[in-house]
Amino acid sequence: MEKSGNKDQKVATGKISRRTLLGGVIAAAVLPVQSLFADEKLAENSILPEIADDPTKTVGPGPSPVGKRSPFEQSVRKPSDISSRTPLQDLHSTITPADLHFERHHAGIPTIDPAKHELLIHGLVENPMKFTLADIKRFPSVTRTCFIECAGNFRTGKAEMTPQDILGLTSQSEWTGVMLSTIFNEVGISDKAKWFLAEGSDAAIMTRTIPIAKAWDDAMIVYAQNGEAIRPEQGYPMRLLLPGFEGNMNIKWLRRIELSEEPYMTREETSKYTYPVKDKIRMFSFELDARSIITYPSYPQKVNKGWVEIRGIAWSGRGKVEKVEVSTDAGKTWQLANLQEPVLSKAHTYFRYLWDWKGEATEILSRVTDETGYLQPTLAQLAEARGVNLGGYHMNPITAWQIKNDGTVLFKPETIK
Amino acid sequence: MNKKTVLILACPVMLLLMSLKTAFMPMKAQLPLTDSLKRPAKFGFGRPATAQEIAAWDIDVRPDGKGLPAGQGDVKKGRVLYAQKCAMCHGVDGIEKPGVKLPGNALVGDTSATSKPKTIGNYWPYATTLFDYMRRAMPYNMPGSLSNDEVYSITAYLLNANKIIKADVVLDAKNLYKVVMPAKKLFIMDDRKGGPEIK
Ligand code: HEC
Repeated sequence: MEKSGNKDQKVATGKISRRTLLGGVIAAAVLPVQSLFADEKLAENSILPEIADDPTKTVGPGPSPVGKRSPFEQSVRKPSDISSRTPLQDLHSTITPADLHFERHHAGIPTIDPAKHELLIHGLVENPMKFTLADIKRFPSVTRTCFIECAGNFRTGKAEMTPQDILGLTSQSEWTGVMLSTIFNEVGISDKAKWFLAEGSDAAIMTRTIPIAKAWDDAMIVYAQNGEAIRPEQGYPMRLLLPGFEGNMNIKWLRRIELSEEPYMTREETSKYTYPVKDKIRMFSFELDARSIITYPSYPQKVNKGWVEIRGIAWSGRGKVEKVEVSTDAGKTWQLANLQEPVLSKAHTYFRYLWDWKGEATEILSRVTDETGYLQPTLAQLAEARGVNLGGYHMNPITAWQIKNDGTVLFKPETIK
Repeated sequence: MNKKTVLILACPVMLLLMSLKTAFMPMKAQLPLTDSLKRPAKFGFGRPATAQEIAAWDIDVRPDGKGLPAGQGDVKKGRVLYAQKCAMCHGVDGIEKPGVKLPGNALVGDTSATSKPKTIGNYWPYATTLFDYMRRAMPYNMPGSLSNDEVYSITAYLLNANKIIKADVVLDAKNLYKVVMPAKKLFIMDDRKGGPEIK
């Protein structure tokens, strides 16, 4: 049976279509980045695969071991030397495809053999222990969807900026692993332990100190992302997951945890990830305050007169999104947006708002309120609270998009000094 | 209702016997959603870590000096090591020159609080952090290659270059953690508390 099936397929597919398709995919890979909404541009481009006018007249290629995106989809991260950004403007809901999850590494991505990787837990514990990846996987498992955001996730400066450029260092996955409390229970934690140091096995041997309360609350050690093993860029074979806490603390390639009565004051919690507040420097800012952004329409998209569904994401490191408001008149009035259920704690929440655009030049904005009652601030409010020498960390201001008469959408860069 | 369900409802004893097999069948009576009541005190997974295994990885240094290793270093040796192993990325004297982009951060600068760029002199609250970080991550192109004596020496050189310690100080586990950093007084713990306040 199998044999004849294969034969049928071979006959029907023939020689030409295979070749054309392969060549086509390679050609398509060199296309410049396209936004999902720039269909017209894409159609003008002549280097797409050769496609028959009528797809119902040719039998396509058969099944394959690993699937690929349509060659028409050109969504990519934007890498620099030290990070890469998620194309938020291309996503239609809140799960980030694992290969588009943002990255931030301090000494590159280590290659780790999962059979050799071990996690050491010691310090103020009853029994210092080592766990292999297989050991970790034997413990009762838990799955949780939440965002991870770099604490340095704010860029501004020019109008030609996409959501990816402004705050592409946030992504969301469905993570699976074991509650850290389960592992802590296994080793036995001394009452004297107030903090724990988490350490990665990258070339930076990245370390951060985390308050013990987080371990008993919702911290996890995860080994799966969106159902499959986590990506090397995300900490393969296991990472720490601290829902709502700044990204850097979610130590990737986790190899060691040490329980301590005091924080360690590592470089990443003193020289970095700290910021000026008036004449002081604030450190140990763990929770990411609530934030939102309209991802459609946004630069470089264009809108047409008539109904526009404004779409975006909102999140808070302190709990659930309570509400999102949208303004289509440059912040003069605000209307409630619809939230896509389920609204999860410490998770990107998708919002939508229907707008009948009459063609006038205006600005559109979104602002989130979280369940603690915190309302997303403007840049001016942040400057008022912290002083004008704002650092680059823990910045969550309202983002405004300018809509021009011709439907062009541009970021509205703001300055405070 | 299918045949199996009828059987189960009619025969509670069998239900018990078949508990494993029936776990995935639709049943009226809800099983408890959590297994926590059945959790053992310990699962018995993993193995004890040996003292050698812990010593091999336990390289962290705390502000109270815990973790500082044996050994010592001085400014003079540190200056030579810096020139050999660090200057190519952090600048000849660790100072940022206008218009020159260094591959690594500037390490030496004005110690006054508001001056830029952020350096060891004006932005690092603990000297122990410097030792800990350089031992684990520097030089960037050969991480983990410095001996403890070398790390003490480079630490002494950089603290002296930032006008924090004198040129004749010999650093070791007994005095490094006592060095008071100029930026220490600027740092405050997070004072945001959640809730409506913008902070
Ligand atoms: C190949 C280039 C290179 C060399 C050589 C190098 N570094 Fe670095 N160094 C870097 C980079 C890049 C960073 C920033 C790493 C990061 O952001 O995680 C850095 C960061 C540092 C920092 C932290 C600065 C801060 O403000 O947070 C210190 C301290 C440091 N290096 C010391 C040294 C010393 C000491 C040596 C010599 C033993 C050395 N480096 C050699 C590239 C280098």
